[in-house]
Amino acid sequence: MKRRSFVQGSLALTSLGTVGLFGCATPLPSSARVVVVGGGYGGATAAKYVRLLSNYQIDVVLIEPNSAFVSCPISNLVIGGSKTMADITTPYDQLESKHGVKVVRDYVTAVDPAKKTVTVAGGGSIRYDKLVLSPGIDLMFNTIEGLQAASASGQILQAWKAGPETQALRKQLEEMPDGGVYAITIPEAPYRCPPGPYERASQVAHYFKQHKPKSKVLILDANQDVTSKGPLFKKFWAENYKGILEYIPQHKVVAVDAKARTLKFDVQNDVKADVLNVLPAMRAGSIAVQTGLANVNNRWCGIHYQTFESTQAKDVHVIGDSIMLAPLMPKSGHMANSHGKVTAAAVVAQLSGLPVNPAPFLSNTCYSFVNDKLVVHVASVHQYDDKDKTYKTVPGSGGVSTAPNELEGIYAWNWAQNIWADTLM
Amino acid sequence: MNHSPRSVHRWLCALALTLGAGLTAQAQTAAQLHNRATAAMCANCHGTDGRTVDGSAIPSLVGMPKDYMVRQMAAFKDGSRPATVMHQITKGLTDAQIDTISTYYASLKR
Repeated sequence: MKRRSFVQGSLALTSLGTVGLFGCATPLPSSARVVVVGGGYGGATAAKYVRLLSNYQIDVVLIEPNSAFVSCPISNLVIGGSKTMADITTPYDQLESKHGVKVVRDYVTAVDPAKKTVTVAGGGSIRYDKLVLSPGIDLMFNTIEGLQAASASGQILQAWKAGPETQALRKQLEEMPDGGVYAITIPEAPYRCPPGPYERASQVAHYFKQHKPKSKVLILDANQDVTSKGPLFKKFWAENYKGILEYIPQHKVVAVDAKARTLKFDVQNDVKADVLNVLPAMRAGSIAVQTGLANVNNRWCGIHYQTFESTQAKDVHVIGDSIMLAPLMPKSGHMANSHGKVTAAAVVAQLSGLPVNPAPFLSNTCYSFVNDKLVVHVASVHQYDDKDKTYKTVPGSGGVSTAPNELEGIYAWNWAQNIWADTLM
Repeated sequence: MNHSPRSVHRWLCALALTLGAGLTAQAQTAAQLHNRATAAMCANCHGTDGRTVDGSAIPSLVGMPKDYMVRQMAAFKDGSRPATVMHQITKGLTDAQIDTISTYYASLKR
């Protein structure tokens, strides 16, 4: 009797919890022509553009567990203190009200490519004609000893998916006494947002310079050198953050000790710091891995680049940071937005009996703030090559800024506002 | 069968909507779809259908005259118009893509 009431009690709690977590304005329909999983730069764009490019003829269901979109680009400025969480947060309601995307707030637990169904944590499943998976990245905590527990307890943060951890890392920096050390560790490429760690280190150095001038920033990089915008970052650091920021390449973290606030490396001596920001290796979002789509080194999803259809599963398109990149393509929000559009166009063509664009192209523009106003960019254009079935950059195109400048600081913020609107509104 | 005027009206409206939807769906050719998707590659920075957010220093493209836009893109490409990023982007685009993009934005009403 006691046991039964206990079981019933916990069941009641579970269902309450489910309502609290996953209670959605839109219930999960039984089917949709297009189902999109993940409402980040890739998925939200794909959902909106299937609607736009089909002249609102194809129904789209977007499944996303978070109540609002929180942008990774610009989130380093929240950590640096010049922007707020509100600045980088956009609700999903306009996708629904303006574009008729059905937004279901839930978490996908299984995909069955044979039956063409998606199952959600809140219960129920939905059948699709076309599935677009945009699950972002998964952090491989088990590649660094002690990191899983240190991360779960909130002692060692990543803040590599913008959200509560972004604010928590800011708080750790605010609470750190002047004279302390902030250390960020970078995994071997490829990882989400190549210049992101260097921008973050710059933001923290800027904050220290203004408010805690005796403090230090350490960048411990598993790579041979700065992986993006290297000369621009290094010149700015030397001229502006001398004595504050130190860059140390070829340091691969293998273990952390959260209690002793210590990083252990494969070769070199231990490093101690007050605030540890440890970025482990990354791979495709877990739902893609679990579905068997991460067929490149068991980390990234192989795709047919013209349509972004998985090489493993028909009618499943994978976009954003989860994919195996074509040469020189970065894992960035801007790229994911571009993937979303090429995929939306391919899906609309295939569902409408039209030929797929034989020559799509992708663009990337990525801005990094080196302090609260000055910015450097990297840009590239990637044309689809039908002969080699991949994207190639055009010789002579693309490039970086000549120097950090305030005009691009304005453009960078306008870029963010415009791409958020293009993705979500 | 005795239909009230209201139910006949409803049926006619439904028929008109169905026909309209059918016409819209059929009206799209492969070229229209591809051209719109090609032009959407500018929207990351310049806004959906070339409409930027209020106060954006990045210019709107909606309704920009085609000849003007083609000339600006050429000027970015050959360096005669200075830019922060557009000189690098335009060098990656074919003349046909620039023509498609310019035609699309010129066709939209501001």
